[in-house]
Amino acid sequence: MALTPETVRQVAQLARLRLREDEVELFTRQLNDILDYVKKLNELDTSGVPPMAHVLEVHNVFREDQVHDSLPVDEALANAPVQQRQAFVVPKII
Amino acid sequence: MTADWQNLTIGELHPLMRKKEISPVELTREILERIAALDGKLHCYVTVDQQGALAQAREAEKRWADGQATPLTGIPLAIKDLIATRGLRTTCASRSLENYLPPYDATVMEKLRQAGAVILGKVNMDEFAMGSSTENSAFGATLNPWRPDRIPGGSSGGSAAAVAADLCLASLGSDTGGSIRQPASHCGVVGLKPTYGRVSRFGLVAYASSLDQIGPLGKDVTDCALLLEIIAGYDPKDSTSAPVPVPDYVPALKEDIRGLKIAVPREYFLPGMQPEVEQAVRAALATYTALGADLVEVSLPHTEYAVAVYYLIATAEASSNLARYDGVKYGYRNPEATELMDMYYTTRAQGLGAEVRRRIMLGTYALSAGYYEAYYQKASQVRTLIRRDFEEVFRTCQVVATPVAPTTAFRLGEKTDDPLTMYLSDIFTISANLAGIPGISLPCGLDSLGLPIGLQLLARPFDEATLLRAAYAFEQATDFHRLKPTGLKGI
Repeated sequence: MALTPETVRQVAQLARLRLREDEVELFTRQLNDILDYVKKLNELDTSGVPPMAHVLEVHNVFREDQVHDSLPVDEALANAPVQQRQAFVVPKII
Repeated sequence: MTADWQNLTIGELHPLMRKKEISPVELTREILERIAALDGKLHCYVTVDQQGALAQAREAEKRWADGQATPLTGIPLAIKDLIATRGLRTTCASRSLENYLPPYDATVMEKLRQAGAVILGKVNMDEFAMGSSTENSAFGATLNPWRPDRIPGGSSGGSAAAVAADLCLASLGSDTGGSIRQPASHCGVVGLKPTYGRVSRFGLVAYASSLDQIGPLGKDVTDCALLLEIIAGYDPKDSTSAPVPVPDYVPALKEDIRGLKIAVPREYFLPGMQPEVEQAVRAALATYTALGADLVEVSLPHTEYAVAVYYLIATAEASSNLARYDGVKYGYRNPEATELMDMYYTTRAQGLGAEVRRRIMLGTYALSAGYYEAYYQKASQVRTLIRRDFEEVFRTCQVVATPVAPTTAFRLGEKTDDPLTMYLSDIFTISANLAGIPGISLPCGLDSLGLPIGLQLLARPFDEATLLRAAYAFEQATDFHRLKPTGLKGI
């Protein structure tokens, strides 16, 4: 299952990362090394073994819907790269 | 002043503050001066909060005068730069968060502030905690105080080096695959990773949410126990924090360990490891025998798969967690982007470092259609097997003892071109995160270059009390935790 430069470009697109051509080449090599290494998991027969997503028995936590103080708008916006009239501003979408 | 604070722990300073022999303000000022003198070279700190620290120290002095002091009142601490501190820059050692000012405190910070601790500043790390050497910091590497040509370990390298170099009394770090224990080992300090769920993660910037855990690094076991007592506990703001009572750890330290069953897993002594590391750990095991503990040789048969499991699960979780760095609500944005998609692509390419992008890529691939079963699901199944290995051993033993890392601190730059080799340096610490169990790293010797070696102890989930008691017994029988770094003279 060798990873091709084309797949690396597709994955970068899914992850919203722009890669330079030299980075495509480097990541192809490095990710293939890592994927070769993780192939050792195939030595194990895991049929019937339940996957473990989490250490603890986690359950949804429900509570009554109560009104609490929330972050003031100006504080929520304070770290925004661009803001205007109490809103986050992004470049034009359409 | 001020007594000989560099040779004192929190537990030893506290009574001196009570007797007014040490003032929190003077102590804080002296440490800030030491930071100013040494940290230009060592680079433990990303941000030093001089004014804030002195204000908190004055506040602490009042609490002492009013008789309201806790065991942490007036104690100067350093905080890993991925724990949110209200109004104090929290960068995760990333360009993407270079100017980020959290509008809130992490739960652990609220608890430290309530206890009256003094927060000196934020310490260096691998970007978003992804690394084993602190070389992945966007703001430059931290040097190991024992030898400035060596890495301090990572990702909590700043936290460990700052404790070792007396640039704080203790610190907080975070541990996803060994990121507290491995730097503690490389810097000759004590580092504790609590059970998953023991400490609230609210305000801890997420890397791999099913593995991340905050914990203390200190000069000795007592200081780590003291800090854990304060930061542990259920938090309604983190639904993965566990509603399990927090015992008083410090008073329980002194119970003796005769008859304690300590498992020694044969998979943790590899032919390729540095012989001096094995010798020091074997000598530590002999100390335990002399203290009356029973050593039991055991097998944790799936140990060799832990690194592979970790780098699939952690990167999968990271690829999702780090989707938020899109340049919209906070953090870096490429100012030149004129179109939305281009803004995402270029903002993330410019804001995130190479290792972070590599892990996002690996995780995205492992979760993508057609590969999910082969990678993420397979890794999650093997994670179950690793957990079962520990459950089996903990049926009869209370503690597992191993080395922390196969070698002492490696050279700066030695592994930066080869991610896989870097990943393998976490081989002994990762399993504890996958299984969710607590672990501690203790100084247990020096190699021939004078670099510290660490002993790792692991225990049953939520049994930090036994873990700390076993660690304390070793510390009482040895002097390794009192050794001071020799690499500061040339700095």
